[in-house]
Amino acid sequence: MGGRLTIDRVKPGRALPGLPVRVDATLVVLGALASRDWRPRHHDRDFAQQRNGVRDIFLNTPNLAAWFERYVTDWTGPTGRLGRMRFRMRDSIFPGDRMVFRGVVEAVETDDTGCAWARLAVRVDVGDRTCTACRVRVARPAAPGDNPWARRGADWNP
Amino acid sequence: MDELPDEVRGWIGQERYEQVGEFDVERGYVFTSCASVQNGNPLFWDEATAHELTGGWIAPPTMLSVWFRPHYWAPGRTAPVQPLQVHFDLKERLGLPEAVMTDNTIVFREPVRPGDRLRTWQVLRSVSPPKRTKLGLGRFWVIDVEYVNQRGEPVGTETYTGFGYRRDA
Repeated sequence: MGGRLTIDRVKPGRALPGLPVRVDATLVVLGALASRDWRPRHHDRDFAQQRNGVRDIFLNTPNLAAWFERYVTDWTGPTGRLGRMRFRMRDSIFPGDRMVFRGVVEAVETDDTGCAWARLAVRVDVGDRTCTACRVRVARPAAPGDNPWARRGADWNP
Repeated sequence: MDELPDEVRGWIGQERYEQVGEFDVERGYVFTSCASVQNGNPLFWDEATAHELTGGWIAPPTMLSVWFRPHYWAPGRTAPVQPLQVHFDLKERLGLPEAVMTDNTIVFREPVRPGDRLRTWQVLRSVSPPKRTKLGLGRFWVIDVEYVNQRGEPVGTETYTGFGYRRDA
């Protein structure tokens, strides 16, 4: 459903396509370095096991935010503009895990300025565990030719 | 432990640790971030799309905090730089050696662009009375991190809810 579809094509209850990702140590370390997170728990298995009491290194929070952004904008295409993201970490994601991003449209709304929004419930699961749940508010074009990125100042109320 | 120290009470609502980024927002790190999550959004890779939709290159919105995370080493630096210093101040002042972040909210405003030099500060919003959770006895706190660009335009706010605690013996 990516591309430049307008908000009238977005219906509450509609599921976003799932995104499965096989996690390995390289992915965890790359994500930590990409967010300049030098804490050993994200690159040193001995440290993670002995100091943090977990089974391995694990994905860090800023990188998870980047994964959620990627997942949502895969769906919206480049006209989608993130307004707000709230997430709650429940469990860690380790090398060897197969994480799966899933999402559903909870609501569609247009604010006083005419900006059209989709509210999404997104999560990342490993097996039957939901590791992080995320709520996202993302602007999509209200009509052909509308561009949420053109909104500034008082016309942008995320 | 019930009474919140006056010093901590005084931090609530105060803008602290204002800081200008050590370096400009730059596309090299945008590519590193996109590669780490396999993000092929043409806004970050295709100049025509970026020009048409965002008036030029922008950085992925979720990179907001990345622009303030220090490089591992810098010449002349003698002490480690801690992001979210208010969080560490609270742990120390309240004698709560362990902490976890429970919630993270990011609000995105003006796009961040290559060449921007961002400024940030932290505001402690609240500290709860002592609470017991399965982790131990501690307090919840809420910290806002505000970000503006070199023109003073808000580019985003991150709100962290932390729980500082002492493990049960």
